[in-house]
Amino acid sequence: MAKVQGAVVINEERCKGCNLCVVSCPTGVLALQSKEVNDRGYHFAYPGNPDACIGCASCAVVCPDACIEVYRVVEK
Amino acid sequence: MDIKDIIKPENKVYSRPRLMTDNTMHYCPGCSHGVVHKLIAEVVEELGLEDKTIGIAPVGCAVFAYNYIDVDWIEAAHGRAPAIATAVKRLQPDKMVFTYQGDGDLAAIGTCESIHAANRGENIVIVFINNGIYGMTGGQMAPTTLEGMKTSTTPYGRRVDLNGYPLKIGPIFALLDGTCYVTRQAVHTPASVRKTKAALKQAFINSMEGRGTSVVEVVSTCNSGWKMSPEESNKWMEENMFAHYPLGDLKNTVKQ
Repeated sequence: MAKVQGAVVINEERCKGCNLCVVSCPTGVLALQSKEVNDRGYHFAYPGNPDACIGCASCAVVCPDACIEVYRVVEK
Repeated sequence: MDIKDIIKPENKVYSRPRLMTDNTMHYCPGCSHGVVHKLIAEVVEELGLEDKTIGIAPVGCAVFAYNYIDVDWIEAAHGRAPAIATAVKRLQPDKMVFTYQGDGDLAAIGTCESIHAANRGENIVIVFINNGIYGMTGGQMAPTTLEGMKTSTTPYGRRVDLNGYPLKIGPIFALLDGTCYVTRQAVHTPASVRKTKAALKQAFINSMEGRGTSVVEVVSTCNSGWKMSPEESNKWMEENMFAHYPLGDLKNTVKQ
């Protein structure tokens, strides 16, 4: 069976930490930084469990600040 | 497979739309405006209308929309965006003209311009962001505020005997003969975002084909004005806003 693997790249400086990508992710890849903040003082999102990513782009689609890039590979 | 091998240009499935500028948006975290801006940039790019699109920016939170989407813009006086759009479209009929308005702009001060532009059947697109509150000025009651909803000017909740009923302006547009497409969408889940994108694309095509006025109402959140977190406001919108403003096409005269 083909295995789908994805990866997300988050523009940390643009992220405002709204948490919408975290709740929209079906596989629980993303999380918000608990202590670290970016230059604007927001707890930005990061891929806490990157191996589970399937590259569905749900996070990027709902991101209001368009700061997520999604990549996907189908292994045959 | 290693993450580094996945992150390559040929594997990219989603990225920031080319037509969005590098400016950081001034909207609050989790604001629906950002998603709708992104969808407009994507649709304009997909239809190849970069050189032909003229947007009319409103007064309200989206007043700086011209800083974020890389097409031509005109800033209108409060509520007068459909009047300016009428002029632009009549003088340059080959251009795609859209207005981007909030509920204070379209449903309060600009009701006259909006209704009459739609009644004349101007070939423009009206993108209407309905979040039930005046976001920019500090969360005052809007015409679209729900009954019992607390705002800074109705601290005990909106009362219909004092403040009237929440205005459903979508069905009013649907009644007019000049409109060809009136739809109500939301942008709170990935599926609803994709539906809204399809609706915007349909509306932009209608404008270029000269079929009449298209209205895309987007039921949105204002988490700062509603005093909730972005996820809580999405949930509150599903439970309360959708009961009064049900999603779906209100009118579609275009044959599929």
